[in-house]
Amino acid sequence: MEPGEIHALLGENGAGKSTLMNVLYGLYQPDEGEILVDGKPLKLKGPSDAIAAGIGMVHQHFMLVPVFTVAENVMLGAEQVRGGIAGFLDRRRARREVAEVSERYNLRVDPDAVIEDLPVGIQQRVEIVKALTRDVDLLILDEPTAVLTPQETEELLTVMRSLKAAGKSIVFITHKLGEVKAIADRITVIRRGKTVGTASPTASRDELAAKMVGRSVRLTVDKQPAAPGRPILEVAGLVVDDDRRIRAVDGVDLTVHAGEVLGVAGVQGNGQTELIEAIMGLRPLLAGTVTLDGQPVHGWPTKKVLRAGVGYVPEDRSVDGLVKEFSVAENLVLDIYDRPPFGKGLSLKPDAIAKSARERIEQFDVRTPSADAAVGTLSGGNQQKVIVARELSRPLKLFIAAQPTRGVDVGSIEFIHSRVIRERDVGTAVLVVSSELDEVIGLADRIAVMYRGRIIGIVGPDTPREEIGLLMAGVTPETATEAAAPAADAATPAPEGPGSEDEA
Amino acid sequence: MSNPNPASGSPDKDPVSGSPDKDPATEAARAAAGGTDRAATATAPKRPEPTARPSLGRLFLDNLWAANTVTVTVLAVLLAMLVGAVLIIVSDPDVLATYGYITARPADALSASWTVVSEAYANLFKGAIFDPEASGFTAALSPISETLTYTAPLVFTGLSVALAFRGGLFNIGAQGQATIGVVLAALAGFLLPLPPVLHLVVALIAGAAGGAVWGFIPGILKARTGAHEVINTIMLNYVAVYFLSWIIIQNGVQNPGRADAISKPVDSSAQFPRLLGEDLRVHAGILLAVLATWFVAWLLNRSTFGFELRAVGANPDAARTAGISVSKTYVLMMAIAGLLAGLGGSQMVLGSTANALTPLVVAQIGFDGILVALLGRVKPWGVLLAALLFGALQAGGNRMQSYSGISLELVTVLQALIVIFIAAPALVKAIFQLRAARAARLQTSLAKGW
Repeated sequence: MEPGEIHALLGENGAGKSTLMNVLYGLYQPDEGEILVDGKPLKLKGPSDAIAAGIGMVHQHFMLVPVFTVAENVMLGAEQVRGGIAGFLDRRRARREVAEVSERYNLRVDPDAVIEDLPVGIQQRVEIVKALTRDVDLLILDEPTAVLTPQETEELLTVMRSLKAAGKSIVFITHKLGEVKAIADRITVIRRGKTVGTASPTASRDELAAKMVGRSVRLTVDKQPAAPGRPILEVAGLVVDDDRRIRAVDGVDLTVHAGEVLGVAGVQGNGQTELIEAIMGLRPLLAGTVTLDGQPVHGWPTKKVLRAGVGYVPEDRSVDGLVKEFSVAENLVLDIYDRPPFGKGLSLKPDAIAKSARERIEQFDVRTPSADAAVGTLSGGNQQKVIVARELSRPLKLFIAAQPTRGVDVGSIEFIHSRVIRERDVGTAVLVVSSELDEVIGLADRIAVMYRGRIIGIVGPDTPREEIGLLMAGVTPETATEAAAPAADAATPAPEGPGSEDEA
Repeated sequence: MSNPNPASGSPDKDPVSGSPDKDPATEAARAAAGGTDRAATATAPKRPEPTARPSLGRLFLDNLWAANTVTVTVLAVLLAMLVGAVLIIVSDPDVLATYGYITARPADALSASWTVVSEAYANLFKGAIFDPEASGFTAALSPISETLTYTAPLVFTGLSVALAFRGGLFNIGAQGQATIGVVLAALAGFLLPLPPVLHLVVALIAGAAGGAVWGFIPGILKARTGAHEVINTIMLNYVAVYFLSWIIIQNGVQNPGRADAISKPVDSSAQFPRLLGEDLRVHAGILLAVLATWFVAWLLNRSTFGFELRAVGANPDAARTAGISVSKTYVLMMAIAGLLAGLGGSQMVLGSTANALTPLVVAQIGFDGILVALLGRVKPWGVLLAALLFGALQAGGNRMQSYSGISLELVTVLQALIVIFIAAPALVKAIFQLRAARAARLQTSLAKGW
């Protein structure tokens, strides 16, 4: 690492990037080999040694106390006291430090804000400020963009550039190729715990992806034109509140036809999550109807919706999708455990569960030591494959996938995408929600853009990115004629859902 | 809850468990901590030989974990007895006196200590398991009989707590559920004129139903309103205790021949049959306990409800998303937990410990059940073994008290110490320099109950 360099560490999930960095940060002890800092070998016994050596780390999942203020979190672990033995915390000084650092690096944070009230992007900024107040020279960012919206990512990249200008070195762990190309000075690719090569940011995406997974990868989704059939999912006038009782979905009309993929694009937090949860019966509807294959399903319990032939990949796999303590086999039957052949009457059929687990693991290429391994021990991509395998292994009318490839490596993304398309081709209606615009454009036959709880426009996949980007930001073509234009050149044979345009 | 784990590379110290990308890292670290062959199998699963090896490695891991659980338990018992020995010495004035001149004649102090401690523990053993000096069938079996008598109700309350624990709820209310159980079982036992076997069955059903209702209440409150089950079960414990005190002195319940608070005795037709003749106290309740253990083991691991229960306990959000009704599971789970505790309570009047209600008839079986559940690692068969250990300590303690003059409270101290040492496996492992394998995982799963 050179001073003032941004070094990207690129690798699939489970490649060993994070382990390497945890060793560097002193969280794990190396079995062999040594770490050189300024030419001197360094023995790290814990994070405090690492901080002393000028290494700071921002974890993928933030290490912040949610009920503390920004200043309190920043001083946590290095509390300054005054008043001698009485040990009053020197909050003023912590506040001043925060203000100073945010001034110097142009990282705007309010020292008195309480962490849990802040959006994720700002929380991450607090983590960076926290590291910087410890006077680090080398900052490790572990998958910093995994939780950020595109805008927040852009801001983070700006911050990284200004840190670089200030002479700090940054190790940037990621598996997103676009960001690497945008910011890195040097790229090291890691695969299965070994360095497989370094590359310059001018290398093409395909080249990097191939290095990462060890074979060539198709970055675009390969698919035939859709052949949409009858409408399967019809949503009309849907109104839903979020957990804070704030209107999240405000009158949405949507139609998904058999054999087509409807992509819902939008910056996260514009009601996509609540829309899906309402369809799944996980969140109460305040108004509107949801119809599945001609049958009204609103107000149904989740189990009944699932049994009616809906497959659902939830947005946050570790919270909603999987029971981490459960084995792979148990997770593969999490929503069909009481159906034959897995359960009969009151009892489970462990043999049938194990047998089907072996088949699914084979079919969906889940890399696990065994079907009995706890799902929490698998890498993110394989965890996601377990969910996809579970949902796609029964006959479906509608398949809903929310952020199906978030935090998943390139190889698994390719696989999951091909499965989604295969499901479409057998005539299932597919609804994909993603905050990754590339994913939506790649998969969808029609794209609905959601903004502030409304469908602001439905366009075809050939619409220029810029136009969709504007829609995501809430900018619509002003006049009705212009509004009709994108819908027309969308060239979607399917009829538009009633009233979708007047939402705009 | 981060678990300071000083013994080794702290494999489960896991500040990053939510992260998909970190999991392989912890996996690797865990493997690294366990030595080379495990490292080989744990990192190998990626692909090379996916057939036989991983399962073998898994088997090895499981065995290691299982062995460690037993080792830790045994060592915890030993440690507790060591601390107990110090307490015995300190609490005996004669022995303590010898320490006044320990520099002059150390042998005196040592031999006096040894005598008092070894005698006490010998009596504990003789009272709980086997007395070599006993003559005759009855005397030889008496210790075992006593142990099993004390074990039976603890199995039920232990199972009650363990079941709720696996479902993510902390049932502190086993005591109250057992109390309501004992009241209803006793009322059915002396108010209903029924033929022998039927009478016992009806009394048991009454006790079970009482416990189930007492478990159902906090369950439905939790499901409907989110009221915390710990608060509600504790409060219901008080309600149950005062209900018991009140009902004993009501007309038709109180024993007419007595002035103190004691109810009429339960009819002999509602008593559990004794297993080894009238002289030994062991009764059929212990068989029912084994049956209940088997039932709970089946329920947890082999039934659809158990699947729901474990899923809700481990991750209620994922369970809900998968269409499992979390509220229904909570309610049913607490009702079953209460039912088990109620059955345990019923044994206190239908068995051989007592045959009439008194204010203290349930003793501490509900609270001991919490300890038994933790000691048994919240697994049904583990609970049975833990209850057996507690029963043995109780039975042996009685003899220790009468023969060595050591207070029965020492047994309570021993039980508490054992559980403390068990609950902090890292401590025991650090003391004995054991490799911290995977038992730390258990801690996190236990802690979830809160």
